[in-house]
Amino acid sequence: MNARLARLVLRRIGAALCSLLFVVVAIFALTAALPGDVADMLLGQNATPDATQALRHALHLDQPLWLRFMHWCGGMLHGNAGNSLLTGRPVSEMLAPRLYNSLLLAGATTLVAVPLALVLGLACATWRDSVFDRVMTVLTLGIVSVPAFLIATVSVFVFAVQFRVVPALSDIRSIHSVGQFFLTFAMPVATLASITMAQMIRMIRACMIDVFSAPYMEMAVIKGVPPIRIMLHHALPNAIGPVANAIALSLSSLLGGVVVIETIFNYPGLAQLMVDSVMSRDVPIIQACTLLFCMTYLFLTTLADIVALASVPKGRGA
Amino acid sequence: MSGMATGLRALRLSALTPAQRVMGLFGFWLVLAVCGPFFAPYAPGQIIDTEVFAPLSHRHWLGTDYLGRDLGSRLLYAVRYTVLICTLSTAFSCGCGVLLGIATTATPAWVEQIAGRLMDGILSIPSLLCALLVIAAFGDSLLALVLTLGVIYTPGAYRTSRALALRIARMDYITVAVARGEGALFIIWREILPNMRGPLLADVGLRFIYAVLLLSNLSFLGLGVQPPLVDLGSLVRENVLGLVYGSGAVILPTIVIGVLTVGINLVLDGTSRR
Amino acid sequence: MSRAHMISVRNLDIVGHRPDGGTVPIVRDVSLEVREGQMLALIGESGSGKTTIALSLLGHVRPGCTISGGQITVAGHDVTSMTRHELRGFRGRTISYVAQNAGTAFNPALSIAQQVIEPARVHWAMTRQQAERKMIDLFRALALPEPETIGARYPYQLSGGQLQRLMAAMALITDPEIVVFDEPTTALDVTTQIEVLAAFRTVLADRGITGVYVTHDLAIVAQIADHAVVLRHGQVRESGTVARILGNPQDEYTRELVAACRIPPRATPCAPMASAREDRVLDLSDVIVGYGNRTAEGLPERRILDHISLSVPRGSTLGIIGESGCGKSTLARTISGLQPWAAGQVVFRGQALAPAVADRTREQRRRLQIVAQNADLVLNPAWRIGATIERVLTFFHGMKGAEARAEAMRLLDMVRLPHALLERYPAELSGGQKQRVNFARALAARPDLVLCDEITAALDPVVAAAILELMAELQETLGISYIFITHDLHAVRAVCDQVAVLYAGHVVEQCDSQSLTAGAHHPYTRLLVSSVPEMRAGWLADAMALRHAEGAPAAQRRTDGGCQFFSRCDMRMPGQCDRGPVPVHTLPDGARIACYRSCADLAFPGGVAPAVPLPSYES
Repeated sequence: MNARLARLVLRRIGAALCSLLFVVVAIFALTAALPGDVADMLLGQNATPDATQALRHALHLDQPLWLRFMHWCGGMLHGNAGNSLLTGRPVSEMLAPRLYNSLLLAGATTLVAVPLALVLGLACATWRDSVFDRVMTVLTLGIVSVPAFLIATVSVFVFAVQFRVVPALSDIRSIHSVGQFFLTFAMPVATLASITMAQMIRMIRACMIDVFSAPYMEMAVIKGVPPIRIMLHHALPNAIGPVANAIALSLSSLLGGVVVIETIFNYPGLAQLMVDSVMSRDVPIIQACTLLFCMTYLFLTTLADIVALASVPKGRGA
Repeated sequence: MSGMATGLRALRLSALTPAQRVMGLFGFWLVLAVCGPFFAPYAPGQIIDTEVFAPLSHRHWLGTDYLGRDLGSRLLYAVRYTVLICTLSTAFSCGCGVLLGIATTATPAWVEQIAGRLMDGILSIPSLLCALLVIAAFGDSLLALVLTLGVIYTPGAYRTSRALALRIARMDYITVAVARGEGALFIIWREILPNMRGPLLADVGLRFIYAVLLLSNLSFLGLGVQPPLVDLGSLVRENVLGLVYGSGAVILPTIVIGVLTVGINLVLDGTSRR
Repeated sequence: MSRAHMISVRNLDIVGHRPDGGTVPIVRDVSLEVREGQMLALIGESGSGKTTIALSLLGHVRPGCTISGGQITVAGHDVTSMTRHELRGFRGRTISYVAQNAGTAFNPALSIAQQVIEPARVHWAMTRQQAERKMIDLFRALALPEPETIGARYPYQLSGGQLQRLMAAMALITDPEIVVFDEPTTALDVTTQIEVLAAFRTVLADRGITGVYVTHDLAIVAQIADHAVVLRHGQVRESGTVARILGNPQDEYTRELVAACRIPPRATPCAPMASAREDRVLDLSDVIVGYGNRTAEGLPERRILDHISLSVPRGSTLGIIGESGCGKSTLARTISGLQPWAAGQVVFRGQALAPAVADRTREQRRRLQIVAQNADLVLNPAWRIGATIERVLTFFHGMKGAEARAEAMRLLDMVRLPHALLERYPAELSGGQKQRVNFARALAARPDLVLCDEITAALDPVVAAAILELMAELQETLGISYIFITHDLHAVRAVCDQVAVLYAGHVVEQCDSQSLTAGAHHPYTRLLVSSVPEMRAGWLADAMALRHAEGAPAAQRRTDGGCQFFSRCDMRMPGQCDRGPVPVHTLPDGARIACYRSCADLAFPGGVAPAVPLPSYES
């Protein structure tokens, strides 16, 4: 039985690696191969044929495509993502502090959002069609169907401009106390969490309702099993897999949200760096950022799938 | 007489089928997108007042923006670009997705394998990042935007329609048609597709909303529709300073986005619940 | 306090709530009583409210329904006025429930033992050790294999018949006063059903339990119940002792119901068996269907159908019977070209058929039509009935417009449906009407042979009986031949000339349908025939007395040659039956039996003692 599970998990990891390969190729192809000549762009008005030629050589742009790809992959594997075209500094050096900040933001949000969403989603499914459920449904539907920046601008307007309870911009260098820490993070985390939670609550509610409507749940009621025991003993083991999946899928909306939130709050994270780099066409940074985001996303979805596989009762099904 | 009575009854909202409601709401936005700008009192780029962020007034019904341009006119143009770009990209993604999804139920297994892998690959890049990447590569022309949004949401449409088509293809009435010797085209077009219409419509609506959200986010980040053209997201972006004054120039476009997406989503949610 | 009536229901009304706020009556003014130690049968077809009533005895109504009136008294408790807390102590302790489909009513994530002893644990009835001992005793009493260890398994590892008995053990673990059975054997094969029924009966009789048994099968009622209530559309049509209701029904609907269960065997003589080749409409010889790797001879390794040889005489009906998983439906798909065969030959009206439907001529496809099992899935919901039938007319006969419409009307007349249905969609039709449309569509092609795959399985008995009647009538007027695939032996006797018995992908016997109860037969045929419940009291005891086997192992396919039925056979000869090809005897009347035993042995099974005791169940 365990060997079977191990095989399934290995196959899932294999599939994730395939996806990663696809992502790597796609990133390279889109950023390095297709756009106009980087050397021309870099030199701008100073472009003379000789200078362009020299720069092309320095950037290995005169090599065949597949060689450049191998070169690039090799660099990535060694943690060497090249130098920024704009500042000339190594990409890894520029990314490191940003990555730390982004992880801080995303981690704090996850800590807030996941437990809250679990409780609220479960409550919605338990008291289905109650007033509470209806209010939550409209609320979450509202949040998932407006763009992330809308939530952020409205909350800045309300909390920072009207009531002045929290600073509108996050300057994490000015944190000197615990209180400041919370105040600085309050707005970005709250907005990001509400976006992520809305998605999560909807998905958790849907899969809990699915579990609740199974015939074995009715049977448990007919056996006279108390509600708490029904929840923990009968519903939970069947719900872990689907709920883990729902959470992982919603965390992808967190990744999207991070980009917008960091920009709005001027938060010095990875996503903001990436948006700036897209505007300035700083290819090595775009490549490294995208790869980091995609790897996080792949890691999360793969992890959720493995949890789901492991929670399937003793190898049921195919 | 009775004909008129039925006509009136059809106009009552509750008498409409869910599909009709979705189409009706969508039709309204499309008409607004196409015709709205003809009713705009000013050109979108024309600076008509020295007062920036002017409040609602007799002269400018919806006030002015950060450069003193007529907000009402700009809003009408913004709706045009948002709705049209998203409609085109949704048409692209759903067209490709549905076509592929249905076709792969009938083609050899390896075609489905390749298509499935490709779709999985696209899905493994978060949508906003995918858009950033493509825009970094191809620039932010309108065509690039439409194609980007279209490609990003093709895998979703592919998966939905393939799951639907597979479920229907297992039905006994398809078995009977195959046993009778009907051609593959007849089976897809006459036997499978009519039964996919309802769920497919809901899926199209959902993808349209996703496209609106992504486009607005992109424009808000400054990577979507570029000046002098304007869409709802870039309208919020350029007027974001007005937030401090509580100006309508930033609030109204956000409300319009909300009404557009929440409205369609509510109608869709109503259809899937019953 | 007197407990003469263990259950007493007075003027019960239950309504369902529609989304628009209105209500629909589901149960109307139902009254019934059950004395201590008795078994009451609730009889009715789908939608009669029988399950709703059964659940209301436990104080449970499904979401969207409410008890709007009446009184339910169970073992001295007024169920309708109990609090939630009281109900929790009452359910599973005083009254328990055995659900229709044990496959879904067991939680897939928990082991059987965890679930079976749960009622005892949540009611603090006994310690874990006591509960586990009790569980093993119950497993033994219910004739479950390996009673000590079966509890450690998970639902997906067990067969339907076993799960149904395990669910009964779960209901009995707290020694309740009342047990409610909701169609507990409907989803089972007949050979399994009889064992489950026998196990239930023994346990109930031993413990003097009061019971309510919900079913649509009158033959089962005759075996298990003392009193019966006949329900229709949520109302009581008739109630009384089982003997009275089955023997002398007063209500018109009950009479129909009883008649439907007593379909008379066909009146016309059966078509002869051994006919010349040109008299046969269809001939299968050595057909093999399977999947997986190819063996050295180029044949599939895993076989669904193995060396199938059958023939259908012109204008007659061949029945194909067997339990679920024996390959019946694959046979239908194979003949109609949807599942190509790997080896063998199929001859249709003297011409060899291509294995795949795409390679057959239009004429061949026209003359061979299929009527599929589930009437709900077989009509395209997006098409009007008229369009469905007219498409076939256009496709095969080039009819269009008014001509096609007139022909469609003629076809509806043939299957006894009103012309108005042509403008309707399938969702607006009843199950029986859909199955008739299904038939009309097949007839529209003017076929020579119609394949009917379990066409009565999903229908209520009265409706099914009418469809069988229609089939016989059409055969007489149009002279078409049928292949009739079913698991219902009554139906076979009513419409078939010959019958082929399928077991694990092999035809073990092909014989005259009217001689099934007499003469020489394959041991499996005999088992099958003796397992079909008869509507007389005492049948169950008689049938069980004839059986040697208990707890038949699930059909496992042998790949080493030898007889597939070996492990379940009560006449097997080890060392002979389990190796080499099975010989086929041809009887004087043309019947063929595949068995190692001689015809003489097979004719008098009572005279042959079982060669060895059967082994216990192995996983």
